Amino acid sequence: MALLGLAGALSVVITVGIVVALLLPALDFFREVNVWDFLSGTRWAPRFSNPDFGVLPLITGTLWTTALALLVAVPVGLGAAIYLAEYASPRVRKVFKPALEVLAGIPSVVYGYFALAFVAPVLLEKIMRIELGTFSVLAAGLVLGIMIIPTVASLSEDALSAVPQALRQGSLALGANRMRTTLRVVFPAAISGIAASIVLGLSRAVGETMIVALAAGNQARMVDGATQDGQTMTGFIAQTATGESTPGTLGYNTLFAVGLLLFTVTLLINMISIRLVRRFREAY
Amino acid sequence: MNFYSTRTTDHDTGRDPGDTDLSTSSATSSATANEAFSREDHGLAKPLGSSVRHEHWPHVPAEPIAVIECDDVDIYYGDFRAVSAVTMAYGFNEITALIGPSGCGKSTVLRSLNRMNDLIPGARVTGKISYHGDDMYGPEVDAIEVRRRIGMVFQKPNPFPKSIYANIAYGPKVTGMRVSNMDDVVEEALTRAALWDEVKDKLKESAYGLSGGQQQRLCIARTIAVKPEVILMDEPCSALDPIATQRIEDLMSELRQDYTIIIVTHNMQQAARVADRTAFFTAKPSEDTGDRTGLLVEYDVTSKMFSNPSDKRTEDYISGRFG
Ligand SMILES: Nc1ncnc2c1ncn2[C@@H]1O[C@H](COP(=O)(O)OP(=O)(O)OP(=O)(O)O)[C@@H](O)[C@H]1O
Ligand SMILES: [Mg+2]
Repeated sequence: MALLGLAGALSVVITVGIVVALLLPALDFFREVNVWDFLSGTRWAPRFSNPDFGVLPLITGTLWTTALALLVAVPVGLGAAIYLAEYASPRVRKVFKPALEVLAGIPSVVYGYFALAFVAPVLLEKIMRIELGTFSVLAAGLVLGIMIIPTVASLSEDALSAVPQALRQGSLALGANRMRTTLRVVFPAAISGIAASIVLGLSRAVGETMIVALAAGNQARMVDGATQDGQTMTGFIAQTATGESTPGTLGYNTLFAVGLLLFTVTLLINMISIRLVRRFREAY
Repeated sequence: MNFYSTRTTDHDTGRDPGDTDLSTSSATSSATANEAFSREDHGLAKPLGSSVRHEHWPHVPAEPIAVIECDDVDIYYGDFRAVSAVTMAYGFNEITALIGPSGCGKSTVLRSLNRMNDLIPGARVTGKISYHGDDMYGPEVDAIEVRRRIGMVFQKPNPFPKSIYANIAYGPKVTGMRVSNMDDVVEEALTRAALWDEVKDKLKESAYGLSGGQQQRLCIARTIAVKPEVILMDEPCSALDPIATQRIEDLMSELRQDYTIIIVTHNMQQAARVADRTAFFTAKPSEDTGDRTGLLVEYDVTSKMFSNPSDKRTEDYISGRFG
């Protein structure tokens, strides 16, 4: 009992510790850089001799890769989930579900390399004839999307499968076909689980580092097209954290300011989605 | 003798079998409505309900005017034969009760009557089940249209997790019924299901806020809203208290004027009270397969079944002695 209590207390202490460790250098940073300049500036050059700390370029980088990832993962993931939960035979499901989980276990550095070595030069440039540089938010976003498909599909499938059979029967007995039953009864009944799966996928996409560091590029710039390269918040953190920076310097503190922003964004996404789900769910 | 009279109200639904299309015809005559039901569309004959009704009700004719007929029907789950050699006809605008001990295949038979069995992997029907003379399992028949015409109410109330209003509006919407005013459809269905007065002020509230008995009447209303001809009910009162049960029974007697009702029940008194005709099933190990297979023992007018059954097994079951 005491041991369990200790473990519980420890996890709380660690969490608080992380927040404090993140917060203190970030506060130092905002003592030197105006919060508004940070949030609205369009030039990100923290290492230059006359540095600029406008974080919008990193935000646009993250926005583009994340949006592209969702564009891939939501339709494919939900399609797969609906197929598995509502149409696939038990045998197909038995093969597919574990396959999805294996896919979810592939390390992201492998995905990053896949984006860099195959998706960008072969799939996008050679086959689809899209002109790209070595790095692009398009390649990174697509592969990011592929990476989160299993998350979306697997959790959505759980949510759909958990909808009582009686609801499907009720709909079918009225003369509704299977597609309408799926879309108008089963899907709304499972919406909170489905939304949760998308939010989890979204959070993973926002927080994913390896893929974007390898495939999106490491030049922070305002991104306004899918074929451009750019840096994301996580990409910047990875780049800076692996370089040499002395604790206490502004360059070092920048890391934590961006980290705090990332943390806040993720938190906001979660809060908004919880609200949305409460509003639209049809709980059974 | 004349059991038939022409009637052109109520069942004119003006349905477009494809999709909802409000633009094509505003004047929905009964002729166009019947065309929409025609055999070419769904492989099913036009329902008797649109033109026929009993004049002599509550008198029960000696032989049922068949809406649905089972002819030597066997029903299997995989290799397991659950029901064997059922031959019977369900009478037009009558209440038919299916009774018998647990596991004798009442639900199985009931589900076969609107092809709900199709949804169970491995379930299959041999013999012939016809609806107005047409094979319900024929290759050109659309099972979805069968279920639209032959609705089903389940043992446990299963309203959708939507508002009361949306529960009723769902069926007409997804079956492509042409509806000029959904509010009227909802009100009519709820009124017919004797629920309107209780819910008229909270139509937008979740159906889950209703009591079990109200939920079951909502499920009946939801079924009525798509204007079926037949309503199948599988132990619709088994989850309800006596008062709620009473209300559903009253409702059934009311609905019998316009609908053919087939009900499975474990409650002898209920069958005796509401049913025009009663079928008694039992299960016994079959000679050829060794499976415990359900079979129809006796089928007759309810008053005869309960006062003077011709089969000893029926008598034993009804009087509470199991054979
Ligand atoms: N989905 C199914 N898969 C396999 N066998 C089934 C299935 N449903 C029913 N059975 C079997 O078919 C037989 C008849 O079952 P059914 O549910 O029709 O009986 P019932 O008369 O409705 O019983 P109860 O009064 O308990 O509801 C039983 O032996 C049952 O085990
Ligand atoms: Mg049953």
